[in-house]
Amino acid sequence: MKPNNVILQTVTQVAVFIIFTFSIYLFMNGHHNPGGGFIGGLSTAAAIVLLYLSFGIEKVRENIRIDYKKLAAVGVFIAVGTGLAGVIFGQPFLTQIFGHVQLPIFGDTELASALVFDTGVALAVIGTAVNIILSICEDR
Amino acid sequence: MSGSGEAVGAILILVGAIFSLISAIGGIRLPDVYTRSHAASKSSTLGVLCALVGTLLFFLISDGYFSIRLILGIFFVFLTAPVAAHVLCRSAYRNDVPLVGTAEDELKDYYMENENTDEDKEEVTENEAPAIKLIDNETPLQVSET
Repeated sequence: MKPNNVILQTVTQVAVFIIFTFSIYLFMNGHHNPGGGFIGGLSTAAAIVLLYLSFGIEKVRENIRIDYKKLAAVGVFIAVGTGLAGVIFGQPFLTQIFGHVQLPIFGDTELASALVFDTGVALAVIGTAVNIILSICEDR
Repeated sequence: MSGSGEAVGAILILVGAIFSLISAIGGIRLPDVYTRSHAASKSSTLGVLCALVGTLLFFLISDGYFSIRLILGIFFVFLTAPVAAHVLCRSAYRNDVPLVGTAEDELKDYYMENENTDEDKEEVTENEAPAIKLIDNETPLQVSET
């Protein structure tokens, strides 16, 4: 079967990169600006769903080999793990710390352990959203 | 300093709003799905682009803040809005939405012969040529309607 939606696929190849970039931007800016793990995860899921829409389920599944159920589970484990890390050091559950770190390229950077929690939230959101849409559209 | 930024931003946003209004009037006045899509895609895209460029220049001149998100939004709207109109028109044509007016339907002959060659009449099995030919045949139809 040869492709018949050339325009849609070509534009999707460009637009998906823009959406991924913007979702990473939203994800990293969540501490001081609007954004965060939930929005970043949702826009990443939107890019993945756009790929599924224009290229078909089978082709994307061959190229992105991610089990989204496991991805959601890993996200929840990361989020709970950051909470338990506070318990290990004798603090209350979900205690977050932050500090200033000298990174090679970025210089003085403020890193917070809430970023790890946000990573867990983002992975859970991506896994849940894509899994919902895939299980709806496969059940014909 | 801030007066010139406000003037530039206000003029561009006003132009964008006027284009959006023209697009909305075209959506009411035009008779057909394809001509409405012509009105709704082109002029509303231009309206949104004018408003975004006006906002970008306003913040750039008056505050000295260069918003990369607005650049990204301008590029994204410019990229995706015509494709959305193309996909809408194409699905409308494939669901036999009628053309209004004097338009000669050159695409119909092509689709009929293409469907007769397919045994199972599956519209997905086509080569790359119809997708490109679809645009070439749609564009004079829209122009002749207006």
